[in-house]
Amino acid sequence: MFGHEFVRNAFVAGTPVAVACGLVGYFVVLRAQVFAGDALTHVAFTGALAAAAAGIDPRIGLFAATVAVGVLLGGLGERSHPDDVTIGIVFAWILGLGVFFLAVFSSGSGGGNGLLGARTLFGSIFGLTGASARLAAGVGLAVVAATVAIARPLLFASVDPRVAAARGVPVRTLGIVSLGLLGAATADATQTIGALLLLGLLSAPAGAAQRLTANPYLGLALSAAIAVLATWGGLTLGYVIPTLPPSSAVIAVASAMYLLTFLSTTRRRPRSERRPLALD
Amino acid sequence: MHTTSLAALSADPLSDLRQLTTYPFMVNALEAGAIVAVLAGVAGWFMVLRRESFAGHTLSVMAFPGATGAVLLGLPAAAGYFSFCGASALVIGSSAGSHPRRHRGEESSVTGTVQALGLACGLVFLSLYQGVLSGYENLLFGSFLGITSGQVVVLAIVAVLTLGFFAVAGRPLLFASVDEAVARARGVPVRALGMAFLLVLGFAVAATAQITGVLLVFALLVAPAATAQLITPRVGLSLLLTVALGVLITWVGLALAYFYNYPVGFYITTVAFVVYVLARIGRTVRG
Repeated sequence: MFGHEFVRNAFVAGTPVAVACGLVGYFVVLRAQVFAGDALTHVAFTGALAAAAAGIDPRIGLFAATVAVGVLLGGLGERSHPDDVTIGIVFAWILGLGVFFLAVFSSGSGGGNGLLGARTLFGSIFGLTGASARLAAGVGLAVVAATVAIARPLLFASVDPRVAAARGVPVRTLGIVSLGLLGAATADATQTIGALLLLGLLSAPAGAAQRLTANPYLGLALSAAIAVLATWGGLTLGYVIPTLPPSSAVIAVASAMYLLTFLSTTRRRPRSERRPLALD
Repeated sequence: MHTTSLAALSADPLSDLRQLTTYPFMVNALEAGAIVAVLAGVAGWFMVLRRESFAGHTLSVMAFPGATGAVLLGLPAAAGYFSFCGASALVIGSSAGSHPRRHRGEESSVTGTVQALGLACGLVFLSLYQGVLSGYENLLFGSFLGITSGQVVVLAIVAVLTLGFFAVAGRPLLFASVDEAVARARGVPVRALGMAFLLVLGFAVAATAQITGVLLVFALLVAPAATAQLITPRVGLSLLLTVALGVLITWVGLALAYFYNYPVGFYITTVAFVVYVLARIGRTVRG
């Protein structure tokens, strides 16, 4: 299996992206911002196609759009608490714009380019070149480093924003930075497992980790580990079964692991006995 | 995606209207669009009120595996739409109702996982059926051009059933949505109502997605309702306004797509967004 270059590229890009999604996703779930993540995945589609319609590298549009909208949502979100209606209306329109750019792009270059739309939506992890795999890996590692660097204050700010603010933690700035990181992780994962599916890699490992442990640091590590396992398992399945798209396999494995934690923790520990998240 | 427009817009609005209704498919589209707007508008109104946009969006996305799965099995597409949207409504509903609101994080991670898994299934069905990714665009982004009279009838039936549900359960649902604790104390079955609502929302969305495409249903769910709730706090008026805005947005979007050759989804979402922004500006100006 590893004799093929496309498989090596897939693992080189997929692993750091999975760690990034696992860590960022943990905070996304903790802060109940999965809907914002959902919105950003649609922004990713529009960003990539807008850049393609304008004739520049889709990756530039991808990162510019998701990070900018992430920061914007962060700025709006702190003042008036996560307004899902505003998020919903804005991203419905942005998706409409994406359809427009898809039409412009397809008619501008004479067909055959529906492929870019499909790749953006569903990913192309087995189609990455060596250079783009290394770039995706580099960005993934940068997101991981940044998330680890702000993990402690961000945990504090997420669990108890008022006390954190009173202790001098820059709650608002952290909120903006965390959504910016979510944007970067989204754009990075769009290249591997696709804009429509990456939400599963953000929410399933994090949800599973939060069911398994109340310790946030252990939870973060667990979330990243589950995301990596899901990616490796999914890639292997996708390689062994040629008709199974690899990004679907990744999400299927991640969801199965989440379901498993659901089944095991409900039996072992009744809900009322679960401790709230402890910071120590 | 069509590349040439069907007609040119002239200076005479009456002849433009006649143009618009020349072709039977366009009449079907306008009829279906109106029904969809009523259906999505009313269901969306409660969705916005209950702050369940994420669940609504996830349900609307479930139409994608529904449609591809049905095609793969050789069933009518409608069967797939309704079963997938209905089943995921039950999953999301059971995770939402099983704990108090402080566990919102978990609820949203379940919803997100359901959504991604549904789309992943859709992709598998698509690749099993075709081997290549062609023709996925109409499914995702819709096409008003191929609506049959039969589809309009199915849509009308779903609309009548949905409106019937809201006619019967609308009042307690409203109570439960606005003040859950008091409603529960008064003996309103809050959890069962929430579940029933998600199921109806799923069916409404399944019917709508066949016309507008999977990814754009959400615009019709959220935008007219949010705009109407900005404009007036009165329940009846706000519901009426939602329906009126929905029909207006859909028809204007359809007409624009007819005269200018870009996808109808783009026009509908853009008109909806502009109307919402205008309402927001109007509210700020009024104070």
